This record gives sequence, structure tokens and C-alpha cells, in this order.
Amino acid sequence: MASSPLAAVRRSYGHAMSHPPRTDRDRRALWRSPLRGPWLTSVFGLILLFGIPVLFVTGLLSYAAYNPDLSPVNDKTPDKGLLGFYLFSWPTDPSWLYRVTQGVHVTLGVVLVPVLLAKLWSVIPKLFAWPPVRSLGHALERLSLLLLVGGGLFEFATGVLNVQLDYVFPGSFYPLHFYGAWIFMAALVVHVALRIPLMVRTLRSRELRAELRTRTADTRPEPPDETGLVSPRPAAPTMSRRGALAMVGTGSFALLVVTAGQSIGGPLRTSALLAPHGREPGRGPNGFQINKTTVAVGIRARDIGPDWRLVVRGAAGHETVLTRERLLRLEHHGAALPIACVEGWSTPDQRWEGVRLADLAALAGHADRPPRVLVESVQRHGSFRSVVLSEHQVRDPRSLLALRVNGADLSPDHGYPARVIVPGAPGVHNTKWVGRLTFGGTV
Amino acid sequence: MRFLGRSRVGLRRLDGESPLRLVLLLCSFALTGYAGVRLLSGDWFGIALWFVGAAVLHDLVLLPLYALADRAVAAVLPAPARWINHVRVPAFLSGVLLLVWFPLILGRQERRYENATGLSADVFWPRWLLITAVLFGASALWLVIRAAIRGWRRRPGARGGAPEAASAASADSADSAGERKPPAGPAGPAGPSRS
Repeated sequence: MASSPLAAVRRSYGHAMSHPPRTDRDRRALWRSPLRGPWLTSVFGLILLFGIPVLFVTGLLSYAAYNPDLSPVNDKTPDKGLLGFYLFSWPTDPSWLYRVTQGVHVTLGVVLVPVLLAKLWSVIPKLFAWPPVRSLGHALERLSLLLLVGGGLFEFATGVLNVQLDYVFPGSFYPLHFYGAWIFMAALVVHVALRIPLMVRTLRSRELRAELRTRTADTRPEPPDETGLVSPRPAAPTMSRRGALAMVGTGSFALLVVTAGQSIGGPLRTSALLAPHGREPGRGPNGFQINKTTVAVGIRARDIGPDWRLVVRGAAGHETVLTRERLLRLEHHGAALPIACVEGWSTPDQRWEGVRLADLAALAGHADRPPRVLVESVQRHGSFRSVVLSEHQVRDPRSLLALRVNGADLSPDHGYPARVIVPGAPGVHNTKWVGRLTFGGTV
Repeated sequence: MRFLGRSRVGLRRLDGESPLRLVLLLCSFALTGYAGVRLLSGDWFGIALWFVGAAVLHDLVLLPLYALADRAVAAVLPAPARWINHVRVPAFLSGVLLLVWFPLILGRQERRYENATGLSADVFWPRWLLITAVLFGASALWLVIRAAIRGWRRRPGARGGAPEAASAASADSADSAGERKPPAGPAGPAGPSRS
């Protein structure tokens, strides 16, 4: 009873450890779980087969939401070439569009982590298959599998690190996550095409409902087959397949509970116990989520003090310089719009008040059919201190240069003296501390 | 190659070494190449290291480590078959929470986080510890309740007749053996004869 862990591990490896494993069967016998088998793998595979395409599509949508084709300042991946084939002008309706697509992207990605781990656990004996390469075709497939596993883990890792501002990956997040996704998908399509007949056959071979009624004591290994996943020397079951599925499902559910609140907001925000935006930064009109405070981007008091001016440039060298007082005297409009970040968190609608971007375009000589606008912040460092908004975004009557929010002046952390707010746009396109608007400008 | 002869439906041809499979793989590699050059245009070595390293780290370090930890825990528990899941499940849940949110929990970017969000960064570590404690506590409580029910059922003259008593007894023998043979293993435990 008081045997040491090491001795037990040695014992459970048994004869396979006493001399180096020689045959493929010996190697697979190192993995002893009686639950491993094509059916369990197929169940995890099926969940990922639905989940990962959703991640891919919402990821591509987020890429489009930045309108990278509009201007080099919007484009973090200028050499994308054919991979940007599908890009379209990001709509302003519905105003919660990016909130939903990006909230789903990040939350679902987090929730799928246990399923991904379980899937990889279930196929680990294949890694040690012997001989490692049987033929040219087999070698190519194994290379593809390396890209699949490496690509999948790379995508999940970069995503999870980025939303926690832990930029340890080797380069800018945007190209890494974007090009990495294409490599992952290229390998995934092959994997699905090669395995889906087997998956369908396997899922039909056992009834899910019967499996969910089977207790640990009645759990038997799956019959051995050509997949090589079933252990040739299975240990006694300590958990049923029902138990394994429930454990993985509970892991996903736990992650959902401690994460989703940051994208739903309201009273549910505090349920996001481990997510970065699970608390409100304060109370009152400006007490909603902040992406970068003045401290983070080096905004000094004098940058946004009484000397602050807004420069509005337009057609044929047209230039107007406005103080905040003059801006306050222009016609004001309201719009209830959310802030939604690429990191997945978002706020419910806030009541913004300010001057319509279209009215500022008119002031700059673009009375009808206002063009795109280059928005520049007084912020001196940090990415996204300038952005180009499309003409479609400028023309939406809810697109504002906001001066007030929820009935109060903007706080410095929310972009005082003036910030842009555009319906449906990613958070970083709602530039704070705006210093200059150039209508018709690109860079 | 024997799969080729058997194939009737188009998709079936993807089994084995069919030309269609080769074409599919080559198309995939073409896309990988196209995206790969762009991915590697920066710090190519670091990025390749991350890409391959992620797979290696998971398959050859993380997974063997938690598999061995699972066996080690089973070895030190007094009654592995009955106790193991009471350790395994809370450890797994606490582990996946840590795996996903470790940068925040370990406070790896405290200043950057506080400057960015205007929120304090020191709540995540205690929260995770508390969640972990609750998970293990609930699991232990459940184990105690199960043991109490089992003990109550086993009392001489207690309700719950012979069949349950028998099954409890067999579970106990499995616990003490630890290495119970699978009831219907596909092959004998010794495997094929070896020199």
C-alpha cells in the first residue's frame, strides 16, 4: 500500500519498460488507458469539427473588420496577397456585430481548450507508431499532422496569451495569428477529408446513449482495429467514457463560466472571475471598460488640457482648427453604441453624445457624399494611434466624434477631450484623444 | 495499396496511398507554403520554434507529465479505484483554468495589465486558489458522503441486499489489487511472445 509512486509507475509500465520497446505493439502498450479508441477520439473530433470552423470564420470576420485594404495604417499584414481575397467593407449594422463575432471567437476558443487537449490525449499513441515512416505518402501525412498539431496549439497559445497582454510570442500578434490560422486550416482540411469516413463509421459503431449509461465497472476497451488507438495492454478502467466526456465537458463549462461574462457585461461581468475584463474600473458615467489608460500610452495632462485643438482637414487644403468649446457649440447628436475589443471583451451600449463625423466632413468642404477619414490621436506611441475609417462608416449618422458619454464629459481614460465612436467597428478603431481628422486622406 | 482495389466510393479512395490523397496533401502544402513564407518573414527561427515547439512541448512534455502524475497519484492513494477520480477531476478542472489564464494568475504582466485596463492585477492568484480549494473541498466532501453511504449499506442487516454487497466487495478487491486485469481485454496481458 505504501509503495512509492516511482515503483508504481515502473510497475504499470511493466515489461515494456524492462527493455526498450521493439515492436509497434510494444510502443502502443506504453499507453494503457482502456478508454482510448476511435470512438472516443471521434466524439472529441466531432466537437472540434463544429467548433474550429466557427473560430476560423469569426477570425476572418475580425480580420475584415479592420478594413485592412482601406489604408496601410489599418493593415497589419501588408503582404497578405491572395489570403485577403474575401475582404469586404465592414458594415455598421448591426452595431453589436463585432461584439458578437469577436466575443464568440475568444470565448469559444477558450472553451474548446479542454476538448483540444482531450483530442490530443486520445491520439497520443499514434505519435509513437512504428516504423515512423512507412512510405512517401505516409511521410507527407505525418508532416501534415505536425502542421495540424503545431498549428492548432500555436493558434490557441497566441490567442490565449494575446488576450492577457502577454506578448511573449516572436512578433506582432496579427501576422502570427492570421498566417498561422491559414496553415492550421490547410492541415485541418486534409485531416478532415482523410478521417471523416472513419469518424462517421466509428460514431455509428457505438450508440452514444448506451455509452452514457455505462458505468466504470462495465466499461470495456473498444475492439482493436486498424487505427492503433486501442491499447494492446489496457489497464483496468478507473473512469467510464461517460465520466471522461463529463470531465472534459465540465472543464469547458468551467472556462465558459469564468470567461463569458466579460463579453456579456451587465451583472454577469463579475462572473468572469479569471478573465481580464471581469470587473468594472469604476462607478458613474465613465465607469465602463477601458482598453488603454492615459498612463499606458503616455498621454500627458497638457496634451489634453486647454491647449488641445482639433484640426479638421478636407478638400483642397481646407483646414479648420477647433477648440473643445467650439466643438461643444456645434450641433450635437446621440448614439447608443458598445465598445468591443479584439480581445473578446465588450461593453453594453453606452450613450454617447457628440458631433457627427459627416457634419465635420461638411465643415471641411465635403458637404455631400463625405469620403473616408484618417483619424489621428495625440497619443505618441502604441499601435492604432491612427486609423482610416471607410466612407460607409463616416456616413452612418451614429458615427460620432464623441465629447460626452452617459450624460457626463468623457474621462481622460475614455478619450477626453474627444474620441471617435463608430457602430460595429473593432474597439481600436474608436480612436481616443483625437487631434486631427483628414477627410479624403489615407496616410 | 490494398485499399485501392477495395475502394468503390470516391471518398474511400482517400484511404491508403491513393493519388487523390497525394493531390490533396500537395494542395494543402501549397497553401501552407504560401502562408508560411509570410508567417516566417519576421523572426523566422523564433516562429518556427514556436510552431514546432508547441507540438513537441505538448506531446513530449506536458502530456507524458500529466499521464505520469496520474499514475503516481493512483499509486499513493490507499484505494485508487475509489479515490482517483476525486483527485483527478478537481486537478483537471483547476489545471485547465490555470493553463488558460496563467499569465493573469501568475501576474506575468501586472504593470501592463493595470495600465491598460485600470484594474488591479492582484485578484487572479487568490481567486484561482480559492476556486481550486473549493473544487478539492467539494470533491473530498463527496468522497466522504460516498464512503458513509457505502458503510451504512454494508452494516449487517442493513437494507440493500446481496447484489450491492457483492459489487462493493468486488470493487474493493480491485482497489487492493490496483492492477486488476481488464475483464475482456482484446489480448492477453503478456502480449506476443518476445525473445
